[in-house]
Amino acid sequence: MTDIASPAVRISTRPASAKRDIGIKRRYAAERRFRAYGIGAISLGLFFLALLLWTVFSNGYTAFQQTTITLPIEFTEKVIDPKGERTTDGKVLMTANYPLLVRDALIKQLGIDASKRPLVKQATDMVSASSRTLLRDIVVADPSVIGKTIPVTLLAEANVDSAFKGQIDLKVEESKRKVKDQQVTWMNELASAGVLKKSFNTGIFTFGASSRPEAAGVGVAALGSLFMMLIVLVLSLPIGVAASIYLEEFAPKNRLTDLIEVNINNLAAVPSIVYGLLGLAVFINFAGMPRSAAVVGGLVLTLMTLPTIIIATRAALKAVPPSIRSAALGLGASKMQTIFHHVLPLAMPGILTGTIIGLAHALGETAPLLLIGMVAFVVDYPGSPMEPSTALPVQIYMWANEAERAFVERTSGAIIILLIFLVVMNLGAILLRRRFERRW
Amino acid sequence: MNIMSEAAVEKALDQKMNTVPYKMIGKDVSVYYGEKRALFDVNLNIRENTVTALIGPSGCGKSTFLRTLNRMNDTIENCRVTGKITLDEDDIYDPTIDVVELRARVGMVFQKPNPFPKSIYDNVAYGPRIHGLARTKAEFDDVVETSLQKAGLWNEVKDRLQEPGTGLSGGQQQRLCIARAVAVSPEVILMDEPCSALDPIATAKVEELIHELRSNFTIVIVTHSMQQAARVSQRTAMFHLGNLVEENDTDKMFTNPDDQRTQDYIMGRFG
Repeated sequence: MTDIASPAVRISTRPASAKRDIGIKRRYAAERRFRAYGIGAISLGLFFLALLLWTVFSNGYTAFQQTTITLPIEFTEKVIDPKGERTTDGKVLMTANYPLLVRDALIKQLGIDASKRPLVKQATDMVSASSRTLLRDIVVADPSVIGKTIPVTLLAEANVDSAFKGQIDLKVEESKRKVKDQQVTWMNELASAGVLKKSFNTGIFTFGASSRPEAAGVGVAALGSLFMMLIVLVLSLPIGVAASIYLEEFAPKNRLTDLIEVNINNLAAVPSIVYGLLGLAVFINFAGMPRSAAVVGGLVLTLMTLPTIIIATRAALKAVPPSIRSAALGLGASKMQTIFHHVLPLAMPGILTGTIIGLAHALGETAPLLLIGMVAFVVDYPGSPMEPSTALPVQIYMWANEAERAFVERTSGAIIILLIFLVVMNLGAILLRRRFERRW
Repeated sequence: MNIMSEAAVEKALDQKMNTVPYKMIGKDVSVYYGEKRALFDVNLNIRENTVTALIGPSGCGKSTFLRTLNRMNDTIENCRVTGKITLDEDDIYDPTIDVVELRARVGMVFQKPNPFPKSIYDNVAYGPRIHGLARTKAEFDDVVETSLQKAGLWNEVKDRLQEPGTGLSGGQQQRLCIARAVAVSPEVILMDEPCSALDPIATAKVEELIHELRSNFTIVIVTHSMQQAARVSQRTAMFHLGNLVEENDTDKMFTNPDDQRTQDYIMGRFG
């Protein structure tokens, strides 16, 4: 043992237990904590999502069923066309007293004494007042039914519908509820005879606005939304993509383009109701476009969607590796060729995702539509985007303001329909992304 | 195209390089990135059917000079080039010269292999397609095959031309990029550190390829590897801090350079 050798020996024999404390435990603990936060945040999100879906679906699934009453209707000539003028005067068939036919059929079915007015009134109240138009349409479409007896499926009135679905508490005192005891008795009687039954509610998809819940549907609103989405897609995709390409690839980087960029980012955050005001001022007041028309709604939503699409497209263009541009330019491709042959196809998934997210956003937008008069009671399908129409979220908003029990379920039903639309659009975005995605 | 016969090339090589005619002439070339000056009055001439290596430490301006030769610097914001560069008789910075046409004559291969995310066939056919060099399917097939053969890649990929070019190995991708540049039949090919992302075996293949390409093309190559410069080039130019230090025959450069800085760099005293 020499003095010189001893330091080297000391270093090599440092005991394993005397390891340096480099904070391993602390670092792992921090990582575990971070993971716990993440899981906590996601769980909270999922909890509220589940709560939302549960509320909507549990309230709304009944909206897809409707109670109907199938009665043999006798199309008596005496009631429809007492003077026999239908060949000369077209109005006769339009204005005939069709509810009388329903009343007669009900009296017959339930075996009521026709002279007892209050009882008859209670019976006719069980059938939707929309039966008038239903029977009228049958007769107008085919006048040869006059004089015949045909079984017709009529909609039950909303309160009977609710009662039959068990949504009205029958233990409540009779005077305090909308369905009377006599009606409940008849309802059960008709149900056991197979005349009154629940069936799939096609009406909620096809009908327009109505103050009677059983005759109200989102068909007209959905068509209005479809018109608007088409306008938004046709206008905002080309304009947005062209603007992004110019800004990203051609525009010089100077103060002006910086200013434009800041403004686009700001516009994406502007409250949508401001776009509604803009649309009102520019498209309706200045340009004189019709109120409540899908074309104005589409234009307003286009303005609202453009910043989203431009931001998404610019991000997608920026994400294309510069080596691809260099490769194309180095081969002698012009700038246009480089962009359209190489950069744009690679940016396509990002552009499409941005567009569809923008569209989905526009589909669910209500506030700007309030200001351009699309909160309207529209009964008939709009024949073109220039005609008055309404939109899905607006229909939800309007139904949410109604008091009837039947509108509560319809509000949730409409939300389900809107959600399905959104899910389909987002699925489309994912599929398109998958299809276009290429690796480099 | 200026294709010299094989014999002429060999003969030229046997003579002193100084007698080979110039393909490109750079006179007082300066490059500015905004306020910053990256190149200081570089006078460098590129000889025909010769491999010219540009060497020097990082940031010395060799890549910048390379990129002035086919005006790739145009794509950089705030970049300004002064001086004069001619290709044969044409001033390439003349306003009447179309940059697209120039790049069809002066092709480029980059540091990182950058095939398009398309099939091998489309990668090679892209250049001829945009320049209208081939019209029929048969012509395209022909140009793709000859280009891949020139790049020494044909035998490896001939059975999978429709597979994506990005699926090849790094070395194969770089040779695909060379084939893609060759397909346009340029007169000059610029290579910006073409082997820096490749392993030694792939590097050897690319170097061998550069040797073969020399008979048909004028090649300018930027490299960080002194050995590579010595192996592939006939002329070497040494850059330092934006200045051209020395340009000479490669043999002389690596044995008996005129400039002390070249000597130091080659000996590894700085860099």
